[in-house]
Amino acid sequence: MSTTTPGEITMPMPAPAPSSLMEKPAFSVPAKKMAMWLFIIADTATFAGCLVAYGFLRNATPNWPRPFHSITNLAVMTFILLTSSLTMLNGVRAARAGNKAGALRWTLITAALGIAFALLHIREWMALIDEGMTLLKNPWGTGLFGASFYSITGLHLTHVTGGVIALIVVGLRYKGGRYNADDLEVLGLYWHFVDLVWMFVVPFVYLLNLAH
Amino acid sequence: MHDTAHAHVGQHAAPTSFIRKHVFSLDHKVIGKQYYGLALAAVLIGMFLSWLMRLHLGWTNLAIPGLHLLTKNGAPGDVMTPEFYLQLMTMHATIMVFFVLTTAPFAAFGNYFLPIQVGAEDMPFPHFNMMSFWVTFVAFLVLMSSFFVSDGPTLGGWTQYAPLSAVGQVGGPGEGAGVVLWALSIAIFCVGQLLGSLNFITTTLDMRTRGMSLWRLPLSAWGWFITSVMGLTAFAVLMPACILLILDHVAGTSFFVPANTVINDQMQPHSGGSTLLWQHLFWFFGHPEVYIAIVPGMGIVSHVLITNMRKPMLSHRVLVYAMGALAVLSYMVYGHHMFVSGMNPVSSLVFSFPTLVITIPSTIVVLIWMGSLYGAKLRINSASLFALGFISMFIAGGVSGFFLAQPSIDIMLHATYFVVGHFHLVMGVAAMFGIFAGTYFWFPKMYGRMMNETLGKIHFWCSFVGAYAIFMPFHYLGLAGNVRRYQAFAPEYMQHLIPLHKFITIAALFTGAAQLIFVYNLFVSRYKGEPARDNPWQGTSLEWSTPTTPPPHNNFGDKLPVVYHDPFQYGVESSTGDYVMQTSPEKAGPDDEA
Repeated sequence: MSTTTPGEITMPMPAPAPSSLMEKPAFSVPAKKMAMWLFIIADTATFAGCLVAYGFLRNATPNWPRPFHSITNLAVMTFILLTSSLTMLNGVRAARAGNKAGALRWTLITAALGIAFALLHIREWMALIDEGMTLLKNPWGTGLFGASFYSITGLHLTHVTGGVIALIVVGLRYKGGRYNADDLEVLGLYWHFVDLVWMFVVPFVYLLNLAH
Repeated sequence: MHDTAHAHVGQHAAPTSFIRKHVFSLDHKVIGKQYYGLALAAVLIGMFLSWLMRLHLGWTNLAIPGLHLLTKNGAPGDVMTPEFYLQLMTMHATIMVFFVLTTAPFAAFGNYFLPIQVGAEDMPFPHFNMMSFWVTFVAFLVLMSSFFVSDGPTLGGWTQYAPLSAVGQVGGPGEGAGVVLWALSIAIFCVGQLLGSLNFITTTLDMRTRGMSLWRLPLSAWGWFITSVMGLTAFAVLMPACILLILDHVAGTSFFVPANTVINDQMQPHSGGSTLLWQHLFWFFGHPEVYIAIVPGMGIVSHVLITNMRKPMLSHRVLVYAMGALAVLSYMVYGHHMFVSGMNPVSSLVFSFPTLVITIPSTIVVLIWMGSLYGAKLRINSASLFALGFISMFIAGGVSGFFLAQPSIDIMLHATYFVVGHFHLVMGVAAMFGIFAGTYFWFPKMYGRMMNETLGKIHFWCSFVGAYAIFMPFHYLGLAGNVRRYQAFAPEYMQHLIPLHKFITIAALFTGAAQLIFVYNLFVSRYKGEPARDNPWQGTSLEWSTPTTPPPHNNFGDKLPVVYHDPFQYGVESSTGDYVMQTSPEKAGPDDEA
């Protein structure tokens, strides 16, 4: 502070002691946003636990099936989910600009994309169930394939469902004035996480199990 | 930041109705007391179960009058069956680890004192905080309810090793509904811990008052903060593990059961799973859990010692770094629980190395305590005695850890009483002593009355001598080959150990009875104790500068405190005597970073 070079614009000094002794807060992140980041860390541990367990079992099982033939449905689902992250960004940006109607519109579009993802996912599940793949057995190999597939994608689908409900509720209440742009941003963090974790589920659970 | 951007976070008006005040309270202080009450109920139940087990170990086939009331068919003629012994053991461990050692030092004291010590009105998410307690309470009820299902609680041990825990009824009494209730209870408990950890971390990082930099936090606050960081990820892995275990049970999947498993002469209809997978998932949580139990105790003990030594620790920062190192390393050492699991021996070596490394921060912590105590004029009171007791137990239990960390020695000692003695001293009794130190130290602030010092000292000496009398012989038993989890010692080479078991049982009954002195002291002091002053121990941290004792609903009245000093300005000349409070603007000693 005391070594001011000539020509440098000096900031107005803050009030003298005690504030001159104060450390600037190192983590000036609002509590809600920090809590969401912490939740994301915990949830990452949960997903990581599941994916590691899956990898452990897959390595330990000789007759692990590789039943998937087409990635068309998967590609469409993934495209929809990735797009929903973009629309979420637009919603948060609109909210930051004070455009309430725009923010609500983008948030509801995000929710609609989430619903589309969930419907495609459920349709895929139904097709697999029709082919005889259940939690306990499937026509191609070890029964664990179905158990781990449904557990991991089910965990993810639960996250998507919860996210869609939250998007609708928070979006409407943001419009109503109960929540603000910060809250929408915090929810956006969650939605991007759901998107990001899907990008780990896709290679491990789908692409590794594509038929040769 | 604190007085502008989100000062509103965590604020709520003082409640008026009885239910909002005492039952579904948003006040972190009430929630802390609720956690303490839950832990107290749990520890009494857990201790009672250990008495029953000890009586049976000392005198096999002893009829314990009324035992049949606790179980449907576990005690014909009031004599414990082997299965019922294992059920009691499992419940003892689960209750103690989850609902006492995690709940009391971390959730109870942390909830009450962390927001006050950082200078906040409350935690940022009071509703989450309330939920975290009630979720934990439901988890406890679910666990207790397994005493009332047809064949009683699970007998699988608190580690619930697969495959027996995953195959259902055929695994033995309590392996059906008992295991499902156990796993459900623990999964619910994990949710409560997640909510609690979110609050603890955001409180520490975001709710500090003006002037409260991280390095001005007292060591107890550091202990809770570091613990909450561990709790955030450790429980997040246990929860899916429990859900997979429930799926194995209820849906019939085979995550943890390999093919061709024959149990009780029945081929199990499972295939493909791995029993080792459960152990990996469980211990990835289980080892951090050990530190979740002990690190808050380290913080509390450091805080109690500093106040009673009237001088700072040799190094505040190194102590914090060492506790942080314990937290980080705790995730890397979990495999040392699995040396005899059939895991690749190379993995054993890999896990053995960090296990030996983790003794370094532990030793640093102990050396800082000892070095700081050297030459200090320690005030002897119940709190400081229990703090010394904590150090003693931590060293005594920790030294056997050096042996167990080596796979070649552990193979010999793994399933024996040596291990039981080790963990009871290092995480069980030590953490309990941390709870006691915290109770005697903070009770005046929590209830506005002093605890009885004479009873406190009697309680200390009985517990200190008693705990060693119980757990030191365990090491000898283990070296003599006494296998753990046996309900009777029929083999000839164990016969001569039975008199020692009888001695341990008598010591356990005595030590347990001494705890009733504590309970008596707690309740009588609550209503009839000598009224406490605002700062009975001449402490410096913020909990001693609240306008009233106990603190008002918003902790500091109309105005949040401003902090000028480190929390260890003792042994300095000042207007108040030999200490300068954190809130006092006056100049403090030369080592004051301000």
